[in-house]
Amino acid sequence: MGLTSEWARAWVIESVRVIAENRVELTALDRPIGDGDHGENMNRGFTAVMPKLDDLADGTPADVFKLVAMTLISTVGGAAGPLYGTAYLKAAGAVAGRDELDGEALVALYTAARDGIVLRGKAQVGEKTMIDAWTPAVDAAAEAHAAGKSELEILLAAAKAAENGAVATEPLIARKGRASYLGERAIGHRDPGAQSTALLLRAAADVADG
Amino acid sequence: MSVGLVIVSHSDKIAVGIGELAGQMAPTTRVLPAGGLDDGALGTSFEKITQAIADADDGAGVVLLCDLGSAILTAETALDFLEDDQRARVAIADAPIVEGAVAAAVAAETGGDLAAVVTAAESANRTGTQEPSESAASAEALTARTTLVNKDGLHARPAADFVKRASEFEAAVTVNGVDAKSLLRIMSLGLGVGSEITLTAEGPDAQAALDALVGLIEAGFGEA
Repeated sequence: MGLTSEWARAWVIESVRVIAENRVELTALDRPIGDGDHGENMNRGFTAVMPKLDDLADGTPADVFKLVAMTLISTVGGAAGPLYGTAYLKAAGAVAGRDELDGEALVALYTAARDGIVLRGKAQVGEKTMIDAWTPAVDAAAEAHAAGKSELEILLAAAKAAENGAVATEPLIARKGRASYLGERAIGHRDPGAQSTALLLRAAADVADG
Repeated sequence: MSVGLVIVSHSDKIAVGIGELAGQMAPTTRVLPAGGLDDGALGTSFEKITQAIADADDGAGVVLLCDLGSAILTAETALDFLEDDQRARVAIADAPIVEGAVAAAVAAETGGDLAAVVTAAESANRTGTQEPSESAASAEALTARTTLVNKDGLHARPAADFVKRASEFEAAVTVNGVDAKSLLRIMSLGLGVGSEITLTAEGPDAQAALDALVGLIEAGFGEA
């Protein structure tokens, strides 16, 4: 599948499905080191996207991402709302006006999303946040693109890197968010935001592969 | 016109409660709660914050006080969506939400502008390490001494009355070495019944300021 608005819609629909499917797991990850609501919050946000997506006129991928941004900001209710909302909003801005994304636009999309989260949350790599999934994903996407890989291969490389990044948050001490109050007690727990990032980036690759 | 406040909390009860507390000391200041989600659950609502900013702003600006994590992130996101002209007069204070809101409300009540209200809120960050010398009066200052008669000491409500009265004068006033127009600094003095109070005032209306404030103290703020 080319990376058109059809792909963007399919990605969102798949995201809604995987977030719902992993809602309990995400909340379980959040319980020991956060406030135990990440899965419920993400599910509330993504579920609210569906009817709006049905009403959205055909347009560009950026139109789809902007819709997701506004819905998540309005409905998630936890830190993930402004963080992911800003990510989708900046991502939409990075590919505005394009009907189809090539490898370069894809790298720009992920880079802008990551930069939006950094802007909002001020987190750096190694602080046990979703940035620990996003930054390896952005780096892997850029490397794959530089190596002349296809769009699908770029998506797959980013998804894999995000998953590895999420796993790699387990031994970290948190420096941001409520988990930072726990100090060393956060060690051994995977960051729920990094895990949801891995799910979303895997969904992006899966629907392009379908 | 006066600066309004928005209290952004995960909890509706916290936001409403802080509004009540601040309102007791600053009855005419707009303190808008933006707590919890639309259905009352814990969380922060972009819509509630956006609406509260609109309701709190009469043109003089709005100061937001936030509790944890997503309250700050959602408030910052809401600010990003304001029109540029309104964005310029809305600020998030980096202050503990209860103490900051009370200090900000009293500053707004006494006619403080946006910067003054933010400064008042953020003074809550440093009341524990205050340095009386920074507001020490010069040799030209007038001095008055009196004794606190309130049996409960100089608690929040009389302290707020004191700040409001002190703010009516142009003179720079200190009470036991701290700025008499700073609610939290005065409260941090921990003045109890029988405490000796030394007031200084410097400026064109210094004598009138001292007379008024000594009168207020000796009358027990109407509650002794």
